[in-house]
Order: sequence, then structure tokens, then C-alpha cells
Amino acid sequence: MANLKINFAGIQAPNPFWLASGPPTNSGYQIMKAFDQGWGGAVWKTLGVPVVNVSSRYGAINHRGNRVVGFNNIELITDRRLCDNLREMEEVKKYFPDHAVIASLMVQTKKEWQQIVQDVQNAGADGIELNFGCPHGMCERGMGSAVGQEPEVLELITSWVMEVAKIPVIVKLTPNISDITEPAQAARRAGANAISLINTIQSLVGVDIDKFVTYPIVENHSSNGGYCGPAVKPIALNMVKNCAQHPLVQIPISGIGGIENWRDAVEFLLLGASSVQVCTAVMHYGFGIIRDMTAGLEQYMDSHGFETIDQFVGKALPNVKHWEDLNLKYSIKASINEEKCIGCQLCYIACEDGAHQAIDLNDDKNNRIPKINEENCVGCNLCSLICPVEDCITMVRKDDGNEHLTWRQRTEANDVPTTFDDALAGGNSHTVPTPLEALKR
Amino acid sequence: MQDNEKRFPQIKPLMNSSEAYYESSRCLFCYNAPCTIACPTSIDIPLFIRQINNGNLTGAGKTIYDSNYLGNTCAKVCPTEVLCEGACVFTKVNIKALAIGRLQNFATNNAILTKQKYFEIPNPNGKSVAIIGAGPAGISCACELRKAGYQVDIFEAKSNPSGLALHGVAPYKITNREALMEVEYLREQFGFNIIYNTRIANIEDVQKLETKYDAVFLGIGLGNSAEIKINGEDKPECIGATEFIEQIKMNPSEEPIARKVIVLGGGNTAMDAASECARLGAEKVIVAYRRSEKEMKAYYFEYDLAKVTGVTGMFNIAPIEIVGGNNVEGVKFIRTEHVDGKLRNIQGSEFVLDCDLVIKATGQMKQKSLIANISGITMDETGRILVNETSGQTSNPKYFAGGDAVNGGAEVVNATAEGKIAGIGIHLFLSR
Repeated sequence: MANLKINFAGIQAPNPFWLASGPPTNSGYQIMKAFDQGWGGAVWKTLGVPVVNVSSRYGAINHRGNRVVGFNNIELITDRRLCDNLREMEEVKKYFPDHAVIASLMVQTKKEWQQIVQDVQNAGADGIELNFGCPHGMCERGMGSAVGQEPEVLELITSWVMEVAKIPVIVKLTPNISDITEPAQAARRAGANAISLINTIQSLVGVDIDKFVTYPIVENHSSNGGYCGPAVKPIALNMVKNCAQHPLVQIPISGIGGIENWRDAVEFLLLGASSVQVCTAVMHYGFGIIRDMTAGLEQYMDSHGFETIDQFVGKALPNVKHWEDLNLKYSIKASINEEKCIGCQLCYIACEDGAHQAIDLNDDKNNRIPKINEENCVGCNLCSLICPVEDCITMVRKDDGNEHLTWRQRTEANDVPTTFDDALAGGNSHTVPTPLEALKR
Repeated sequence: MQDNEKRFPQIKPLMNSSEAYYESSRCLFCYNAPCTIACPTSIDIPLFIRQINNGNLTGAGKTIYDSNYLGNTCAKVCPTEVLCEGACVFTKVNIKALAIGRLQNFATNNAILTKQKYFEIPNPNGKSVAIIGAGPAGISCACELRKAGYQVDIFEAKSNPSGLALHGVAPYKITNREALMEVEYLREQFGFNIIYNTRIANIEDVQKLETKYDAVFLGIGLGNSAEIKINGEDKPECIGATEFIEQIKMNPSEEPIARKVIVLGGGNTAMDAASECARLGAEKVIVAYRRSEKEMKAYYFEYDLAKVTGVTGMFNIAPIEIVGGNNVEGVKFIRTEHVDGKLRNIQGSEFVLDCDLVIKATGQMKQKSLIANISGITMDETGRILVNETSGQTSNPKYFAGGDAVNGGAEVVNATAEGKIAGIGIHLFLSR
């Protein structure tokens, strides 16, 4: 039976599902409610000198009937007094001593940092998260992502914190940077116990095309915000992987970015995160999604024979390679299951217009099932991805699995195209119609 | 007068914007889409659904009206289950087809209410066309001709336009208001004239038109309900389905409907008439068909709809007499069977079913007398006008035709398509 308990850099929690710092962790009331429903931890809405917020604060991307596949905010850190937050934090810890309460912090001076760290420790926090990620509003004041984008500053401030910290310290990173591993290494150098990522991505979520102003609208104006929600997950996964694989990072990672179900969480864990944080999905569906998350994770672990979370953290990392180390001899071709095909012909037009003209329509117009032209099929996957029927188009392996040849090996053997018109060009292996044939169809 | 809109709730009500958004989100945007192929007017359905989904509702209306001038009427009355929606690829995996008819209605209703002007009407080209009949075929033909600059006068025997779409389609499929408002919208936009209460009945009337106009379009539809030629058919409570439905739609009465009704026939009109009786409170409604259930011409979903309202189907029984004194008291039937592929009465199997109303839904008669008077127009043996399918031209080159008078009685959408084809045909003919 799966045991979901974790020890994340010394922070104990009944499960790896934590609320990320944000509106759902604005108050002790919300966090108590979340713990009561099964959340394993909560990162308190960032504390510091309280702010004044605007309205409105959020914008969203909807996609074909799905609300909030991407989400954007211009809300700042807490607008509540520190004393109120600390009192509530103490109360939460009294009722939930075994749950993880992490205080997210953002202040400016060394004095402020060291004071607030001691304040939250005294209130009973189990850990501290340094908010070096917020990409809107606070960064203009030299905080948030302004720190995360300067590894030296990040290292300095983290070291101030480490001087007084008696509980584990997590550094939260901003994705608004070219190489995420640089601030991650800086955090490690400063002695941080863990990192968490990603914070939101600096963004404009959309434009009101009649009022000529971006969202969210504050009177007649707007400002850039931070992007999050399901749409950012792939970016977050890649950054988590980069940090997890880097030899000079090697501290626990709390994964954040678009997680809304157990499957998302498992993906982050497999790429090296050992806890995950959720915000947007709770803002969308409420704390109740935890029921699906814990049940799904348990089921997944049982079906794979994993007894603890540790047993599969980072399990996918060895399989994420550099492109030049992938096997060029691996060959797959699309195959359409004619029994399942419903004749939408989306695979045909996708391949015809968007790929390699490797799918043909049937000569018989009454037969809407397309045919794969294996000679032209490069095994790109596009058709199988856009096919609306489950398991209708599959990619079938064609090589015998005995040959293995990578770009790196070909380069070493001087067997790669090196000039513009090189005969070794990969595209020579499939037919490309002449331009004029486009007008004959 | 009774309010039919309350008596007959619409089976395909207007969508609200949330419903339209979520429903349109489901469309796959199929390549060479089967729904468009199935549409007699070839509306680019995936395009207008995508336009609805992407917030271009007026553009969606344009896409529809570009192909079909009676877009709203067709959206409501088309048998979508066997046309666009029946072809939707989702049905192959038991997923509910897109509600194409209702989405179309959502777009065209908006176009009508906001008086979208989608078409530029050019200056008069100096030629004029007479159209006989302001039904879907005639209106569609008129729009096409106005777009090419013809003066168009439509002569209509009744006092309202829209033909069977108004007078003959079941009231729960489209309201009178909807049927009329689309024609008014088109008339305002295209500027054709409709001359009401003017029946073109004899050769003198036709000759006047032939002299005055450069071409004539015959969108005359069909005539009264066919007789079944049995004893007692002349009793006052034995009426034709077409006339019955027209009465309900145009002169709704406070009088309660008959208690027991027998509808003779197995087509869609029989189902409509039966459904309407049941919805109006008749205690027992029987659809009696002389062949088997499988052989009914009615669409399966029309029979289902009738059954849901409480209609009973009886099969392999043929009426041989309407019984009663001065009034209908019942119908005498004889059972039938198939022998060697032929339908045969079973001697000695006669029986009487009581009823106080008989509705004959065994087809409409052709309007042969008018056509027979126009020289050079050929009809087939059943009385349908023969035309060139690609131009709508009859064997008398000045005459074109479309709709029920040509196809023998099909859907509004077929009449709409044929009217448009004839409009294009007339323009080609007159601009030679």
C-alpha cells in the first residue's frame, strides 16, 4: 500500500501536495480548510510589508470550451498585516502539527529579512520559501524576480537568511531567465536547503480588441502580469529537469507550474521534484481536487509497486538526453486502424498541409478512411496527436532494434551534412512534391 | 385566437450564447466535411461553427446565407438527423452529433434580428423575372436574381409568404413568426416584390406574365391533399393533412380537438399531423399505414417523436370505408400482407376502429392543370415538371421551375437549393 508521506529537505508532510503561495493561502481560514480536506502542506501567501492591490487582478485564456487553460495575475504579495498572519499561522500549526506550513517571504533590507525569518520561526512555520520569482509589481521595487534574475543578489540575500534560519529554507525561482540553473546554483552556494520552481512567467494574457487595452483591465489601463495554469506546465517540467540534472544544484526541488491532477504531479516527481505545489487549479476548482490527486497518486504507486514517493522521484531523468544522443536508426510509421477511423480526415489535412504529404485520401470518395504513404511517412507523430479517436492512429516500429546510431556518432565518423547542398540531407529520403503540384489539386 | 407558440414548444429552441459557445467548441473542423457534403445547399458548416466559436457571429451568418437564403428556416425545419447531423463523424463513435441546426439558427437569428446586410444589390440590369409562388423555392430564386440586378415580382395566391414553411411545417418545428421574419428580412435586404392574394390560375394570367417578363419561375408547389377514393370520404370530419395543419397554424381554434383521431398514411406529414393532435389533447391518436412499419416513408425520428407524444402506430391495415351517418364514427380497415413482394388484402379480415376525426396524409396532388396550359412544358407521368437539373430550365426555355412541383414533395432545403440553382440558370439564360 502506497505511503504518500514525504520528508522534503527536512520538512515533513503527510503527502507531496502543497498549496503554492498565492490567493488560496491568503489566510489561516483557507489553509485550515485545505488541510482538513487532505492537502499535505501550504506555502503561505507571501509575507512582507503589506501592499495595496488593484482591481481587477486576473486574466485568463479559454480554449474551445475549456476555461482558464492559462491564467495571469497582477496581484501582489499579502495585503494583510504581518501580526494577523503570524497569529493565524500559530493557530493552524496548533490544529495541524503534522502538516507542512511554509512561510513565503519577500522584503528588502538585510534587517527586514532577518527580522521576518525569526518572526515566522517563532510562529511555528516548518519552513521558509524566499519569493525571488514574482515578475510583476514587486520586481520594479527591486524584489521578486528582480532578485531571481541576478544570481549574485540571490546568493547574497539567501545567505542573510541562512544566518538566522533554524528551519529549512526553499528558494523560489523565476522562469524569466535564460538559464534556470544559474540562480539554482546560486541558491545552493548560499546554503539553501531546497529550491522551488517555477514562479509565474511575465506575460500579457490578451488584448481587449475593442477597447485597445490588455487584460486584466484596471479602469482604462493594464500592466504585465504573471502567467500560470495548465498552459505553463511544459515550461516548468523542462526547468525542473534542468535543475534536477545539474551536478551543481542537487538539492530537493518543489515542482510548480500548471499542476491540476495526479498525473501532472507524477510527471513533476518523475523529473526530479519531491513535492509539488498547486495554486491555479485550486483557484479554478477549489480545494476538493485533492481527493482526485491523492487517490490517483496512490493508485499509480500501487500499480507500479512503489511504496514511497522517494522510489520514483527522478525516475525519468536518465531518459532525458541531449538530442545528439538519440538513435537515428529508430524508425516508426503511422498506422490507421480502419475499424476505429471515423473519417474526419484531420490526419490527412494535417500531414498534407502541415507535414510531409504522407497521407492520401481514398480514390473512392465514399470511403473516407485515409491511407498512410509509408514511403513518405517520417514518423513525426502529428497525425496520431490530432486524431480525435482514442488509439486509432498508432506509430508502429519498423526497424529491428538492432541498429543504434546517433548524430554524435555520425559526426565523429564524418558522416553528417556539412555544406548547404550536401547529399547527406535527411530530406532526401522522402518525396517532396513540386511547387506547381499545389495548384493542380 | 390560441397562441401557438405556447401550445407548441419548439423542439429545437434558440440556443443561448453559452450553449452555442460550448457546443461549437466540440466541432472537429473535419476536412472535406461530411456535414457540408450532406447539406443540399452545401453550407460550409465547419466554417460557420468555427466563426461562432471564435466570436464572429455576423460572419457565421454570412457563411450560411452565402449558400442558403433561407438559412434560419432550414436551421429549424431541416431533418438534420438524416442530413448534416446524421453525417457528423462523431456519430460513428456514439458521441452526440454537433447540434448543427441549432447552431445555424443561433447565427441566422442574430443576423435577422440585427438586420445584417450581407449582399450588395446592383443597379437594375433592365430585365425582370416573374416568380409564381412565394414559398422557399420562389424566395430563394428571387434573392439570387436580385443579386444579379433583375427586377423580381413574386405572385402569391395566399396572403402570406413562405409556402409550406409557414402553412405546412409542424408548429413545434418553427413558429409562424420565425417563418415570416426571415422572408421579411430577405425582402428588405434584396428588394423583391411580393404580390399577395394573386393566384396565377389560368393560361391568360400566364400569358400576361410571359409578355411582361423576360423569364418566369414556377415555384408553385403541390396542391391539396390527395383523395383516397373510398366511401364516406366526403364526411366533414374526414380532412386532408395539409389542410388540417394549415388550419392549426393559421387559424388556431379554441375548440377542443377530436377525442379519437385516425391518421391515414406513413409519411412525415402523417407523423406531424398525429403529433399535433396528441399535443392538442386528443385522447387517442392512431397512425394507420397499409404497409409495414419498415416501409414507412417517415424518418425514424419523426415516428419516435410521434410515439413520445402518445401516438400509436398500426401497420398492414388499409382503409376501405369511412363509417358513420352524417358524421365520422370510425374507419373500416382490412388487414394486408405481402405475397411475392406485392401487397394484398387479407379477405375476411375487415374490422372497424372508432374515431371522430380522420386525417388523410397520403400525399398531395400535383398542380397539373396550370402546367398543362403552358405550351412546351413537359411533365413526367406523375405530374412533376421536368427540368434541367443544373439550371432549373424547363423544356420551354423561358420557364424555370424548382421545389415540390419539380421534386414531387421534398424538404424546404431542397426547394431552397433548387430555387437558387434556377436563379443562377435564369441569369445565365438571360445574359447570353
